[in-house]
Amino acid sequence: MTTLSSKTAAPRSVSGWRSAQSKRILLTLLGWTVALVIFFPIFWMILTGFKTESAAIADPTLIFSPTLESYQAVQERSGYARFALNSVAVAFGSTFLALLLAIPAAYAMAFLPTKRTKGTLLWMLSTKMLPSVGVLVPIYLIFRDTGLLDTRTGLIIIYTLMNLPIVVWMLYTFFKDMPKDILEAGRMDGASTLQEVFFLLLPLTLPGIASTGLLSVILSWNEAFWSLNLTTSNAAPLTAYIASFSSPEGLFWAKLSAASTMAIAPILILGWMTQKQMVRGLTFGAVK
Amino acid sequence: MNKTRASGRTVGGLRTLSLQAPAVTLLLLWMIVPLGMTLWFSFQYYNLLMPGMTGFAGLENYEYLLTDPALWAAMGNTLLLVGWVLAITVVGGTLLAVLFQQEFAGRGIARVLAISPFFVMPTVSALVWKNMMMHPSNGVLAWLSESIGLPAVDWFSSLPLTSIVIIVAWQWLPFALLILLTAMQSLDEDQVEAARMDGAGPVAIFFFITLPHLKRAISVVIMIEMIFLLTIFAEIFVTTSGGPGLATTNLAYLIYIRALLDFDVGTASAGGVIAIILANIVAIFLVRMVAKNLED
Repeated sequence: MTTLSSKTAAPRSVSGWRSAQSKRILLTLLGWTVALVIFFPIFWMILTGFKTESAAIADPTLIFSPTLESYQAVQERSGYARFALNSVAVAFGSTFLALLLAIPAAYAMAFLPTKRTKGTLLWMLSTKMLPSVGVLVPIYLIFRDTGLLDTRTGLIIIYTLMNLPIVVWMLYTFFKDMPKDILEAGRMDGASTLQEVFFLLLPLTLPGIASTGLLSVILSWNEAFWSLNLTTSNAAPLTAYIASFSSPEGLFWAKLSAASTMAIAPILILGWMTQKQMVRGLTFGAVK
Repeated sequence: MNKTRASGRTVGGLRTLSLQAPAVTLLLLWMIVPLGMTLWFSFQYYNLLMPGMTGFAGLENYEYLLTDPALWAAMGNTLLLVGWVLAITVVGGTLLAVLFQQEFAGRGIARVLAISPFFVMPTVSALVWKNMMMHPSNGVLAWLSESIGLPAVDWFSSLPLTSIVIIVAWQWLPFALLILLTAMQSLDEDQVEAARMDGAGPVAIFFFITLPHLKRAISVVIMIEMIFLLTIFAEIFVTTSGGPGLATTNLAYLIYIRALLDFDVGTASAGGVIAIILANIVAIFLVRMVAKNLED
């Protein structure tokens, strides 16, 4: 009896191990196939950027002699750097302003809450839900009359206000997570509010502030409703510059790809780094 | 004791108020001024091409807009676009979240690759898809279907709205995946293990444990996507310009045509009011849910 059971037990565990192993191989195959299919258009775009224009429209192939001529052409003929500079200025300018406005507000909400705090937070969230297209006409007219059309200042103002609710909200959740005892200890030692903020709160919540800032940079960098409608050439950021490739005259796929690769590379890397914290900001803390 | 506490609170209240004042004031202006102007213009005769014709129009802009067949075509397209993208991203996102929750070799890198499209700016995704993927003779999809002996599809002429749906779904599927994957992390593994011990198969576990656990995260994804999808603009702007005909004109694009191409401020504003009302219906539910979460 005992010999029989041990005989049957041995192969069973081997087959169990085998099926677990084959399940893992199957999952690996499936997971990677799905990931590569989703990523394929980006991969193809990066590849096409290193082709000549004639190779770009030829039959798809992975074998070709890579060239940097499209990258050169994009800079020389259309002045890529100018648009990139606009994107940097607008994304970082608006993020800096949003943080400047949001840090005191979030500080007050997290550490000096009143009865109205919750209502204020929810109201801020609701302003984020106003569809941009609903206020296109007045913003366009205001910008036209104040000379803000096609200026970086104009876009910075819009993006600051657009991202302010998310920035306040995210900072609030980070500040709330900070242990209150530390701030109180500082206060006991006679730190003023300013000292408390600069020497305790900011250093301790720096990772949270950094990821909030990064989310704001990503959102401003990729914003394409206002940039398309409010800029033409002077202040056009990369979203608007790439849109200029949509004109039907001729196919410039290699140049489009080179310009696009440069435009999305920094944000793709930032996005990979901050994906976890982004969920907090994108769902207003409703999913943690 | 009571007195000091009370006075401490007022001081705190004052400080709270002054610290919040700049952010709150600016957001209030940002909300009220354009909103008020949109509402005001929507009751005015106001066309930038006809400077002489101004004055109170009553409900005429709304009447003109609501009897315009273009509005109903745009509403239909908006609904189809939102509905299809939601269906694809929510179902796909849930399945992908389950897949990427399993352990397999190189899972971290595979996850990062799958999430990437969300970080690509809309004008780039739209143009990459329109040209390199969906071009009727040189695109990768045409090459694929020809290599298996099928005729190539001229995506943007024969299936314009479907093409837009594919592009937008490709951008938002990673969003659903990212959120749902995060929500999966709080799934109770012991509960899953216990169910497995009781003989529950993977399908039963998915429907009776995973799905109920993800319910809230899924509704958050639906509501946030709805708010953004209602006003998809750049993807249409760079690919079809709303055409052919009105085939891909959604509400946002129609308002843009009325405002910045026809310069009809009055009608465009009436359209804006309609868009705001639609978005707010969704927003009320989302705000309620977040408020509930704030209490826990």
